[in-house]
Amino acid sequence: MASPVTGLPSPRLTARDTTAEAVAGIVQRPGRAVLTMLGTILGVGAFVAVLGLTATGAGQISHQFTVLEDTTVTVEDNGPASNVASPGTNPAIGFPADADAVADRIDGVTAAGVWWPVSLPSNASFTGSLALSGSASQTVGLLAASPGAVQAMGLSMVAGSPLTTYENDTRQHVAVIDTATAAELGISPARLPSHPAVFVDGIAYTVVGIYSSAQRVVSDESAMLIPENTALADYGNPEPGIGNQDEAQMVIATRTGAAQTVARQIAAAELPTDPSRLVVTSPPNPQNLQSEVSRDLAGLFLILALISLLIGAVGIANTTLVAVLERTEEIGLRRAVGARPRHIAAQFLAESTALGTLGGLIGTCIGVGVVVIFAAAKDWTSVLNPAYTLPAPLIGSVVGLLAGAYPALRAARTSPLAALRHA
Amino acid sequence: MAERLMTRPVIELRGLARTYPGPPPVPALRPADLVIADGDYVAVTGPSGSGKSTLLHLLGLLDAPTEGSYLIDGLDTSALNDRDRSALRGRRIGVVFQSFHLLPYRTALENVLLAELYNRTPGGARVRAAVDALDAVGLGHRLDALPTTLSGGESQRVAIARALVNRPSLVLCDEPTGNLDSRNATALMELLDQLNAAGYTIIVITHDPGVAAHASRTVAISDGVLSERGADHG
Repeated sequence: MASPVTGLPSPRLTARDTTAEAVAGIVQRPGRAVLTMLGTILGVGAFVAVLGLTATGAGQISHQFTVLEDTTVTVEDNGPASNVASPGTNPAIGFPADADAVADRIDGVTAAGVWWPVSLPSNASFTGSLALSGSASQTVGLLAASPGAVQAMGLSMVAGSPLTTYENDTRQHVAVIDTATAAELGISPARLPSHPAVFVDGIAYTVVGIYSSAQRVVSDESAMLIPENTALADYGNPEPGIGNQDEAQMVIATRTGAAQTVARQIAAAELPTDPSRLVVTSPPNPQNLQSEVSRDLAGLFLILALISLLIGAVGIANTTLVAVLERTEEIGLRRAVGARPRHIAAQFLAESTALGTLGGLIGTCIGVGVVVIFAAAKDWTSVLNPAYTLPAPLIGSVVGLLAGAYPALRAARTSPLAALRHA
Repeated sequence: MAERLMTRPVIELRGLARTYPGPPPVPALRPADLVIADGDYVAVTGPSGSGKSTLLHLLGLLDAPTEGSYLIDGLDTSALNDRDRSALRGRRIGVVFQSFHLLPYRTALENVLLAELYNRTPGGARVRAAVDALDAVGLGHRLDALPTTLSGGESQRVAIARALVNRPSLVLCDEPTGNLDSRNATALMELLDQLNAAGYTIIVITHDPGVAAHASRTVAISDGVLSERGADHG
């Protein structure tokens, strides 16, 4: 577009030329460029690494959480609204006799059953039949459990078998114990075929199985499991009411993701006449947990990343300002050959933005590398959200742009005369 | 080079003056009138502090006068906005500085290309013009040399090539031999003579009578007062 006064086209600096000048300005002083970018590299790198590491960590947490917690629903018997039992006895448990089968019919349930801790006198003794000296400490819990409950507990058997429906229906005096209790009682897995027994306050229970670990209910404690109906016959009904620690409970193992749905249905299915007697506990939504963990961790580190970015911005601003002062002669020369103040500003702004972008790119690569290496070292799956990672170099661009604004303005205001005179 | 009409005025100063604001105000250039025709070769001489540089900056549109008017190719520059002044600087005026002002990290060719950066010359034509300009000053073989590897004479030739690359109406030289030894100075003045012979209008600002002797006209400046002296050889 020619000027109406001079007939000359107005000076122009194309985007391509601006970019070329910016790149030339950077590559001609590589050492300085790297030092200038350092803050941005650290800032963006920290940003990407923090988000990646927290996402990776939260992913790991939610992975463990999903397989164990998200598949568990607990139902507790809070007891009847009014005491219907005769004095000195407990009311019948809230769960129906076919509680296991009712729960099994709900879609998503893989195993379910009723259990409760059997209340024993405080001086009750556990004695093994095979070794007369073998007696267990009082920390062994005696648990009544339906076959479905035993299945839902997810026992890893080392010998024998878990409790069966037949044993429950016929009130057999059988028990399944954990390896620690077995060792204390002198019952080794190899001797199971000889039908060793455990005497609990004089009542003998034949050990039919030994388990090493469990997924639910008895995963953290030594326990001796006896059939539900046997317990009812030997010890009576458990005391209802949450808080007694002895109330009847139902443990339900579900398919992954089904816990919430099962939890909504189970009370009405088990006790249609009085569903409010049953208190259902379902796991917290894993996604909420994951995002909570992410928020807690990321919040702190993101502040650090922001501080790094701020330092990066100050670094770029400072270096660009020094460059403007150093290159006064160049500015004067450019003005002498036709550059307008806006061209000078554009050049310095492009240079600082390019430095920021380059710093952002390098920082992003380093951040991704840190996450991948860290995850690999931990044998975790690295999780990088593309929505945060891909635009990360742009953070550097923005930092460069903002940091270059003042120096560029100052460069544009440099009078060509003063620039050439001071050179 | 294109034939130029010797009679057409390239430059006209009408009562042009520059006073630097004080305190106290310094009248660096008192109201001056001067007409320089196309193809003229003018030397502006005077001692240090006489106002030579002030005149150069005004002529190069690097500074604005406080009084009077300055016409380039008949166009009054005092009424121009920054865009038009920049366009004139880029296309109609080539300046050769005493201290060369070459960008140290750019090659000779890149330094010359810089003068074409802002004037909308397409990329290919830019390089051709820059190579031609360097050829014209005898540096066609040193296109990729960095200023640090160039001698003083070569550096000043690069600066001249940069001033010439846009085929300006006026070539302004500020003490062009000031940083050169006598041999290089002589060679440089011969180059300026050739350029003038080829049609370029040249103004050389110098305090060296030997340099001034090459010009066809000599304008003296003393305490900011401009006065033409000597015969017009042209």
